[in-house]
Amino acid sequence: MTDKMINITIDEEPIQVPAGTTVLKAAEKLGIHIPRLCYHPNLSLEGACRVCVVQVEGFNHFLTACGQEVWEGMKVQTNSPQIRQARRDIVELLLDNHPMDCQTCDRDGQCELQRQAYRLGIRERLFEGKRKQFPTDESSQSVVRTPEKCILCGRCVRVCSEVQGVNNLSQHGRGFETVVGPAGLGPMDESACIQCGQCINVCPTAAFLEKDHTERVWEALALPRGIKHVVVQPAPSIRAAIGECFGLPIGTPATGKLVTALRRLGFDAVFDTNFGADLTIIEEANEFLRRMGGSGPLPLLTSCSPGWVNFLEKFYPEMIPNTSSCKSPMSMLSTLLKTYYAEKKGLKPEEIYVVAIMPCVAKKYEASRPEHAAADGTPYTDAVLTTRELAWMIKSYGIDFVNLPDGEFDRPLGISSGAADIFGATGGVMEAALRTAAVKLTGQELGPLVFEDVRGVTGLKEATLTINGTEVNIAVSNGLINAKTILEKVKRGEKQYHLIEIMACPGGCVAGGGQPYPPADMDVLDPQLPLLRAQALYKIDSDKQLRRSHENPAIDHLYQEFLGEPNGEKAHHLLHTHYHARMPRGIR
Amino acid sequence: MTTDNWTEIKAAAEAALPPEVVAFIDKNKDIAHSESQLIATLHMVQAVSGYLSKEQMHAVAQLAQVPLAKVHGVATFYHYFRLHPRGKHMINVCLGTACYVKGADKVSQRLMSDLGIQFGETTKDGLFSLESTRCLGCCGLAPVVMVDDQIHGPVAPGDVSTILDKYTKKDKAPKAPPVQG
Repeated sequence: MTDKMINITIDEEPIQVPAGTTVLKAAEKLGIHIPRLCYHPNLSLEGACRVCVVQVEGFNHFLTACGQEVWEGMKVQTNSPQIRQARRDIVELLLDNHPMDCQTCDRDGQCELQRQAYRLGIRERLFEGKRKQFPTDESSQSVVRTPEKCILCGRCVRVCSEVQGVNNLSQHGRGFETVVGPAGLGPMDESACIQCGQCINVCPTAAFLEKDHTERVWEALALPRGIKHVVVQPAPSIRAAIGECFGLPIGTPATGKLVTALRRLGFDAVFDTNFGADLTIIEEANEFLRRMGGSGPLPLLTSCSPGWVNFLEKFYPEMIPNTSSCKSPMSMLSTLLKTYYAEKKGLKPEEIYVVAIMPCVAKKYEASRPEHAAADGTPYTDAVLTTRELAWMIKSYGIDFVNLPDGEFDRPLGISSGAADIFGATGGVMEAALRTAAVKLTGQELGPLVFEDVRGVTGLKEATLTINGTEVNIAVSNGLINAKTILEKVKRGEKQYHLIEIMACPGGCVAGGGQPYPPADMDVLDPQLPLLRAQALYKIDSDKQLRRSHENPAIDHLYQEFLGEPNGEKAHHLLHTHYHARMPRGIR
Repeated sequence: MTTDNWTEIKAAAEAALPPEVVAFIDKNKDIAHSESQLIATLHMVQAVSGYLSKEQMHAVAQLAQVPLAKVHGVATFYHYFRLHPRGKHMINVCLGTACYVKGADKVSQRLMSDLGIQFGETTKDGLFSLESTRCLGCCGLAPVVMVDDQIHGPVAPGDVSTILDKYTKKDKAPKAPPVQG
């Protein structure tokens, strides 16, 4: 793009835009929103749906606004009767090949196709033709693929390759038989899928959805007391996002209302994944300091993000020795709930039902892994609900979320420091670890609290910190395409990195595959979304008295009473895990 | 102990492909836009094997480092690529205008029911593949069925089993006993 300015008119209004601007973006500057389906500002151009067609003077056919660059003197009409008719026809043809089961569809009310149909004024169906028929794939623990709902916009294919670097999806076949899926249209659980769920987030319809766990949670909650003790733990990112589902502005912290809502749903105890996060920091900081002292390979890679762990095992198995053996905060807390907490309550592990609320769909898979089950095979986490699933349950139950009084987590497994809250933001795990590591390395109780270098939603951040005379090279990546970049740098030995935080989703857990769909006027990959949600977490953090994980008295007590030493034998047995190379090996 | 599985994956991939394909991929590995050699690579595989098996596509993906989903995407987009082995005998039913008017659809139906397959498929015993074709230029014999290089016509639905029998018998005829020596 050059600095040259181009004069055009859109709907009779003149505007000057830099050369290289597309018609769609020029129109946006004038406050004209041209309808679109396949277009996504953060992904490459597809030009597949043709919904964004406009009329340009001198042309007897329509041009697509998403890809067409402006030229001097261009005259564009975005809303002539012919254009409106063309867009209606295009979307009607899509609808003709669509199940049209909106009332029973998970995305009813949040579907972009439905939204476009309404906006364009489609009030009756004029076309009736052949409907494509493909089986639904429920093989994955996390992601359900329903190709009959697919409109072939290709957003999932692009997010999977351009943002995540996984390249697991492509269009198969041609013409009417075209279908999007993993290689050879095999089952998702045998594919290179790392279950991050970004395909769910960018899908305009319900062609990709999370695996439903609400049914099993309703069932557990309905069991008579004394048969199951049903407990719940929400992840840090939930409090920063769930308010959106009830009309609160993006970035509204809703911890207290979330706790109350969970109690009203009937959970017997409401704990906090944050406690697991503080515990993760103690274990991981110790592991890091031990490796800094010469035992074990550096850099140490974080292991909280299950999408990243899947990516590690399928794409970079040679980096397994570098990866922290710490379980994720969810799995640490779930393990404690069925061991420590069970003991204290005088309950058998199988009498406790653990529900985790996660911003993530890969957590559903993590919960099902044999590494996260007791010796007898009982999983430590029984169900994982996404933020979207929980919000629906709250609505379905008739709870007036916005007007709920604030509640408090149960103690002691609900006590946490601000370091745990920020786990949901990219850079948050790093910052939390540094807060504790800095104190441990310097021996001074008041180390730095805020590490600006690791904040913000940039895909890859690097910094060098000097702690107690030692230079520590750190990196933070989000969006797995950036994990590739940093891992390749590590492999080339360009620099000795010491600690690298990797989160699978772009923007971190706050923009995870299980988070609320953004409002109609916002795109799902808009960096503002994770930024605003992260601000909510940083606010919660700065408002807290406890800011460092090792200051959490409940953690201290847990080690004294139950776990012994950090990284000790019992802690290792309960709080750590292991990884192995998995097939199919991804192409990187 | 290494946690890397690349050595085994590479060895298995090389074993699954003809050596000339492995050499071709290797040669193109470092050239600019090496991923655009995918179609040429798949052509080579099909030229040697007659079709693209799942194992071969997986091997191409690993050795050329092109995502497997993309390999399948390309292989299913182009009509030229076959994903199943071709039968020993290729049956082409002409669906050109003249043959169609003279009842090619009924002949097709009979072929499908006798063979138990649809167009584009191969019988379980690997003997026949069934395809449709456009005008073969022998409209005077319509409707026409071409088996391998042999034209049959005009074919009535009742003739189908006789034609198939010829090829079945030929292939199932007892082989001459091995020469003792």
